[in-house]
Amino acid sequence: MSPTMIGIYVFVLSCFVGYHVIWGVTPALHTPLMAVTNAISAIVVVGAILVAGFHEGEGQLGLIEIIGFFAVALASINIFGGFVVTNRILAMFKRKK
Amino acid sequence: MGINQEVFALVYLAATVLFIFGLKGLASPKTALRGNLFAMIGMFIAVVATVMNPEVRNYTWIAAGLAVGALIGTTVALKIQMTAMPQLVAALHSFVGLSAVLVALGTYFAHQDAGHLNTTLMVELAIGSFIGAITFTGSLIAFGKLQGLLGSNPVVFKGQHFLNLLMAVVMLGFGAWFVIGDSLAGFLIMTFMALILGFTLIIPIGGADMPVVVSMLNSYSGWAAAATGFTLGNNLLITTGALVGSSGAILSYIMCKAMNRGFISVILGGFGGDAAAASAVPAGKGVKSASSEDVAFMLENSSKVIIVPGYGMAVSQAQHAIKELYEVLAEKGVQVKFAIHPVAGRMPGHMNVLLAESEIPYDSVFEMDEINSEFSTCDVCFVIGANDVVNPDAKTNKASPLYGMPILDAYKSKQVFVNKRSMKVGYAGVDNALFYYPNTSLVFGDAKAVTEQLVQALRGTGH
Repeated sequence: MSPTMIGIYVFVLSCFVGYHVIWGVTPALHTPLMAVTNAISAIVVVGAILVAGFHEGEGQLGLIEIIGFFAVALASINIFGGFVVTNRILAMFKRKK
Repeated sequence: MGINQEVFALVYLAATVLFIFGLKGLASPKTALRGNLFAMIGMFIAVVATVMNPEVRNYTWIAAGLAVGALIGTTVALKIQMTAMPQLVAALHSFVGLSAVLVALGTYFAHQDAGHLNTTLMVELAIGSFIGAITFTGSLIAFGKLQGLLGSNPVVFKGQHFLNLLMAVVMLGFGAWFVIGDSLAGFLIMTFMALILGFTLIIPIGGADMPVVVSMLNSYSGWAAAATGFTLGNNLLITTGALVGSSGAILSYIMCKAMNRGFISVILGGFGGDAAAASAVPAGKGVKSASSEDVAFMLENSSKVIIVPGYGMAVSQAQHAIKELYEVLAEKGVQVKFAIHPVAGRMPGHMNVLLAESEIPYDSVFEMDEINSEFSTCDVCFVIGANDVVNPDAKTNKASPLYGMPILDAYKSKQVFVNKRSMKVGYAGVDNALFYYPNTSLVFGDAKAVTEQLVQALRGTGH
């Protein structure tokens, strides 16, 4: 199997996992669900890091580095913003009485 | 693939499993915080493993990007008001989209440098870029509508859908040019067309359909991540993207079902705003209005009260006043429950978060299916800032645009009080038959001000 074909297998099976896990989420927590999926969709940071770190030599700044920097920064806003706000919301649900 | 790459793959697998446990934790408020922690650990090890990858050869810009993102993200997340959550989520979706576009572009340059371009990769790059671009501008428009920077009315014109279709075809054409001709211009024009398409796809969708739009863009951001995973040959991204994508898709489905609207009809847009106006309410039929003293008196002498919050509660930030009302009534021995319609507010679960913020215990808050049978046994139903979701026309009037939408059966209560700012119609643009029911009285005023008056009146009368 080609890597792309393996990827398609992984993709389709993951959709099934997602389907079952997400239907188990209680409707009261749908907002934190969106916030946390926001954070984890920022896993594109992996690609962004590979771009930003592509060239050898610290500190040099070319087109690839500029693109990589912005991609890492945007994804990180999501990671930190998403997780922190999810934590804030869930803490509100926790403090019962 | 050396031994190192196998180790990285294992770490990524661990991150995947942690993400799945993270989402699973949201099955209950009791396990949710732990779940979030799992997801954070997953993200942490994924980032650390990637930085340690030998393919990463300099750290300056990675460190700078992470620092800037951490600073902005944390600050915004700590400061944002809970009523503004829909906007925040929309803004964050747009960042994932733009980031995916940049990763596709950067990956193209990097592989060009290294001479590793091939057709499969270029197809994947093109797909990653245009999904990301549509997510980016689409989310910006959603953000603008939610934040009130853009009008929330749908923007429709003749031939709109044909134009969108045409643009999509042209976009794919430029994508093909990029893949076949290895043309950077093709890539850039395709991405540019996708940016415009994201814009034109979302502007026809009105404010009331925002819960669907936000969920749909949530889904797109996942698909964008999955597409990026294909370009990098990284299963962690593919899996995570698929999880997020299916999450958003399921939420969109739940929202559509709660509005009795087809998904296609929502994305085609044009619903709500000034266009629709049909109603079965005979002209000239009057409504009764009540003062806050009347309402306070009725509430005090009830044994069971159901409160139905809606977007109006969020707009006037009334949740803390409502918490006080809840407490006063509880002190007087009145049982108070909250009834939440799935599409109340501007995003799934919006009302639950606001009530949780004001420290109302979540076991007093019920979903539509759980509480609908209880309206007939309650003495007073207090509707605060909700409209279409309690409109009995949805059940009885086939001519109503709302017909078929599941509603909260507020009209079955012995007495209904509806708080409204004015007689303006709801987001669906239809009159509400509930206002004209003999057991309904309207309480005019701002949600927060009215609730505060109620609390005062109840406190004042003593036992």
